[in-house]
Amino acid sequence: MKKKLIKYTVSVYTENSVGLLNRISAIFQRRHINIESFNSSMTEIENVQRWTILVITSESFINKIVGQINKQIEVIQAYYHTDEETIYQESCLFKIKSSLLFDDRKIQNIIKESNAIIVTVNPEFFVIEKSGRTHELDKLYEKLNKYGILQYVRSARIAVTKAPLMISQILTNFKKK
Amino acid sequence: MSKITGSEAVIKCLLEEQVDIIYGYPGGAIMPVYDELYKYQDKIHHVLTRHEQGATHSAQGFARISGRVGVAIATSGPGATNLVTGLADAQIDSTPMVCITGQVSSHLLGSDAFQETDIIGISTPITKWNYQITKASEIAEIFAKAFYIAKSGRPGPVLIDITKDAQFEKINFSYKKIEGIRSYKPVPKINHNNIKLAAELINNAKKPLIVWGQGVILGNAEKELIKFVEKSGIPAAWTILGASAIPTSHPLNVGMLGMHGNYAPNILTNECDVLIAIGMRFDDRVTGDVNRYAKQAKIIHFEIDPAEVNKNIQVDVAVLGDAKQTINEILKKIDNKSHKKWHEEFKKLYEVEYKKVIHDDLNPKKEGLTMGEVIKEINIQTKGDAAIVSDVGQHQMIACRYSNFNKTKSNITSGGLGTMGFALPAAIGAKMACPEREVVAVIGDGGYQMTIQELGTVFQTKAAVKIVVLNNDFLGMVRQWQQLFFDKRYASTEMVNPDFVKIAEGYYLKAKRVTKREDLANAVEEMIKSDEPYFLEVLVEKEDNVFPMIPTGSSVSEIRLS
Repeated sequence: MKKKLIKYTVSVYTENSVGLLNRISAIFQRRHINIESFNSSMTEIENVQRWTILVITSESFINKIVGQINKQIEVIQAYYHTDEETIYQESCLFKIKSSLLFDDRKIQNIIKESNAIIVTVNPEFFVIEKSGRTHELDKLYEKLNKYGILQYVRSARIAVTKAPLMISQILTNFKKK
Repeated sequence: MSKITGSEAVIKCLLEEQVDIIYGYPGGAIMPVYDELYKYQDKIHHVLTRHEQGATHSAQGFARISGRVGVAIATSGPGATNLVTGLADAQIDSTPMVCITGQVSSHLLGSDAFQETDIIGISTPITKWNYQITKASEIAEIFAKAFYIAKSGRPGPVLIDITKDAQFEKINFSYKKIEGIRSYKPVPKINHNNIKLAAELINNAKKPLIVWGQGVILGNAEKELIKFVEKSGIPAAWTILGASAIPTSHPLNVGMLGMHGNYAPNILTNECDVLIAIGMRFDDRVTGDVNRYAKQAKIIHFEIDPAEVNKNIQVDVAVLGDAKQTINEILKKIDNKSHKKWHEEFKKLYEVEYKKVIHDDLNPKKEGLTMGEVIKEINIQTKGDAAIVSDVGQHQMIACRYSNFNKTKSNITSGGLGTMGFALPAAIGAKMACPEREVVAVIGDGGYQMTIQELGTVFQTKAAVKIVVLNNDFLGMVRQWQQLFFDKRYASTEMVNPDFVKIAEGYYLKAKRVTKREDLANAVEEMIKSDEPYFLEVLVEKEDNVFPMIPTGSSVSEIRLS
């Protein structure tokens, strides 16, 4: 029986410590799972980091993996969610030859319709930025790719969950003990 | 307050943690610490093993028999990489151990300096926690954390890497033990509703079976488990790391689980109606094919590590927590029972196994000696009071199957990792932790030669370990598989062995070889009576197989007797 593969957003609240990333990535590597995207950032709590890891795997694997992440000493709490359970964004930058902008009017329309932002324009190239959900970014890429893209880069996913995560409470409970 | 060096701080940390024996091997990047060890040699006994791997296994043996944290120390580079096998072994077998490695000076980190290796990167997946100290001011806090993490919750190995400049640096030292880390939950809270659900299942069960593992020993819950078993009347079987938590002779102890375990508990795993797993992790060597493992049963899992629940086997009720506490809770809620009829089924199957396997293993008629009769003789001479330290392979399975254990923490073996070469150094550590106990290392001729250099450690320390090599001139377990599953193509399993007695004598150890049955009893008696280390080689039948056996991919109920 083949297991159904789904996109999962793993959110890991951690202490800010050297080497922890290696420890967590090893847990994915052991099960031969590729990390689609990874983001590390500050959070609403001082000195607590939040990692957002996007992976494609089965429910049974992600459940066990998050269990194994949770037991690492410097992990405060880890969670996994499906796309429906999160509000997420990714962003990307396109570098495109400026001549295209004037040669073909359609490209201007594409930019307008997609709500992308023009970051900079100079005689050689222009840069546009687009934030949104995965499919929105994919769509814009497809459209612009026809005209030729000089450089394309995309950020990792960042996500907040619809349900509350009680990280502050975990830390307060620890203090009380 | 006068300042001390980082190296002296390391020693003071060890003293604060009541460490009095450490195992290790000196070298460039750890020399400042060794210089302090020289000054503190009346307080900390440093045992010079002959290889760093030996130091880790000795520290493991020390920890396994005593429940204390074992400590190993090595230099950077090859010294550090030689710890890897022991760390991996301690990680998979949940052994509390702290390893200390020297590291090149911090300004050289990452520059491929002499004997620099990224031991933090290398050891990350095989440690419970690790940390690189680059400033002497970190030493006290990191050591306190290391010992706390190694021994709390589900124990495991911790590695501390200390740069050489941090060892020289002078600091004000003060030590404070750690009582908690905000991101670390060593013991989950008990869910009383799950205790209730578990008790209901247990009280309504007609054919319940307890399967316990090392968690019972690590949690000091042996007495509680015996009370539980006796009150509930439930037959109880063990994984090899759980062995000895309940004495072998206990009437409700129904034997060993898994690939070479006993016939009855394996077959009846697939007939019980409630399976109560305590402090065990459903290793594949225990479960056989997971898709055909106890499918008919409701499964209750007593476990300290939430990541183990539903990892290999889906359970119906998870009772998270420390085994001592959770068993005490369940004890209050379960009924007195005897399950007489159910026990009869175990007895019947035991009779079958006895006739087909056990009788001939222990009382062979054929000319060649069996491994089983050697273990039987050790049982007789030690009266079941010895700690048996086994290596990995056929002799290990025979030692686990047939040793009599009266006391807990008596079966010391490499379970999860299956590390050949484990036994000799582990026995040294065990004997030094508990000099009053008889410690018998049972080793095959293959594994023995993987750490045979530790005979030097035995000689130098005079640790009175009894070393029994069961020699069949083969890598016996692999040969057995080649016979059964590879049409007897004995690829690289035959060993041309040296004169083991002469080698032992070269280390000035008392040594003897037994080749005939009539000499066995006297030789084992002489060995056990010796106050000194003793080496005994027994030439056993070359191509004996270990049965019962659950072939890989088979179900526990497909266990073979021949």
